[in-house]
Amino acid sequence: MKISGCRKIVGGSGEGAALVSSQPINFLAMVDAKTGRITDEKHELFGRSLKDTVLVFPNAIGSSVGAYVFYSLRESGTAPAAIVCTKADITTASGCAIARIPVVDLPAKKPISSIKGGTRVRVDADSGTIDSNRQI
Amino acid sequence: MELDREEERALRGEKGEALASAYRILAAIGEATGAKKLVPVKWAHVSGVNYNTIGDAGVQFLDSFSREARVAIRTTVNPMGYDMNHPEGISEKFAEKQASIVRSYERMGVEPSFTCTPYDVFDMPRKGTQVSFAESNAAVFSNSLLGIKTNKESALSALASSVTGKAPLSDLRLDEGRNPNVKIQADFDFKSELDFGLLGYFAGKNVKGSSVALAGVDSLSRPQAKALSAGIGTSGSCGMFTLGNPKAKEKISFGKEEARKIKDELSTADDGDVITFGSPQLNIEELNTLANLTEGKKFKKRCMIFCSRAIHNQAVKIGLAGRLEKAGGEFMCDSCTCLTPYVSKENYDSVITSSVKAAYYMNSSNKVGVALKDMKTIVKEYTQ
Repeated sequence: MKISGCRKIVGGSGEGAALVSSQPINFLAMVDAKTGRITDEKHELFGRSLKDTVLVFPNAIGSSVGAYVFYSLRESGTAPAAIVCTKADITTASGCAIARIPVVDLPAKKPISSIKGGTRVRVDADSGTIDSNRQI
Repeated sequence: MELDREEERALRGEKGEALASAYRILAAIGEATGAKKLVPVKWAHVSGVNYNTIGDAGVQFLDSFSREARVAIRTTVNPMGYDMNHPEGISEKFAEKQASIVRSYERMGVEPSFTCTPYDVFDMPRKGTQVSFAESNAAVFSNSLLGIKTNKESALSALASSVTGKAPLSDLRLDEGRNPNVKIQADFDFKSELDFGLLGYFAGKNVKGSSVALAGVDSLSRPQAKALSAGIGTSGSCGMFTLGNPKAKEKISFGKEEARKIKDELSTADDGDVITFGSPQLNIEELNTLANLTEGKKFKKRCMIFCSRAIHNQAVKIGLAGRLEKAGGEFMCDSCTCLTPYVSKENYDSVITSSVKAAYYMNSSNKVGVALKDMKTIVKEYTQ
């Protein structure tokens, strides 16, 4: 499956297993940058690691300092390979611009569920495309 | 987003790596928020000062960024981790890392305000002025009560505004972006600041847009407005509220049941080992209320009162600080409850607080239990 017409927020490309959530993320409060894991028991991605994934989620919420968490993930080697948002927000955009993590928005008509968790996904932010085909 | 020739040159790195990073941030936010251009901003308030929030990677980033970057506009900063006059219980490592962060910001030329309540400390600019406030409670408060224009900035977007003097023109910076699409109809007997904190947390959690209308709330005292702003900023992406009964497409109800659910989510303990007041830091009015409530009484548990140094200095001058110290209150300046190293699971099982924002971060980041109670109840239950 190929999704085109995505908006480029931060350029570049990345590939990994899709980690998909319909819940927003407070990066400061819910992510351990050292391990890359989601630490909030109430979040549906609790215990999952962001490392080398293509993280698909609506948008970041809460603390403004969440932006630094993207940079910390990069420095710890636990960053996602790329990020896909329903609508990218200021925290995600600014953090990923510094961490150099490619980010795109999904086109308005494509819901989060267009991308299946666990499938191998390639995001090319510069051309605004998401390729997902191989199951892993 | 269109950049002019000078901005393009800076983005390409012709004016140094620090400015190139700043323009990369502005370009990404511009794309994300659909801005067409950058506009000048008058004041940046930067978050990401507490070592517990930005960690080692943040320390290194700021150290290197500040070798070259200088503020282009007035820049104030959020609280750091602890009060350097009260280093008791703070590890040497924390103190060293915190000092490095402070040095980096000072090298850039910021005002060492260490406050999350710039609106309680400084004269605020005129209505309509564009600023970049990263501290979420300050962004919500300034947009909603003062008519100042800022998006709910991130630590890095406010930093980018600080060194460029610019921000993407989008969302709450545009008049049309400030109109709410969702209205929360409150049918609730608000008794304390805590109740407004619960409403705020509910609003932030349930409203996806940048702005929300609150019906059923006629007017707000400053402490109530602070609690409401902090609640909204904690749980979502909303950066502004409007009181009254404006038209909005979608309506959500807030009543007893909704308030109870939020309180159940945040209040994870019945009791605690230590009391903290602040988040946002207390102002003179709030300190005065607390001093009146505790007159002739003494706290039975350790009680930390977080406020900015500017407010503390005033409180000392007018005798307010002395009254609260007599009741057993300990002032912690330049810092606040959220992610403070003063409260860790190694030394406390749970904390008593009146702040919804403090409750959220004490639970999720400091990993201690929280007994969430309003100020009056805390004084009633924990003084003699």
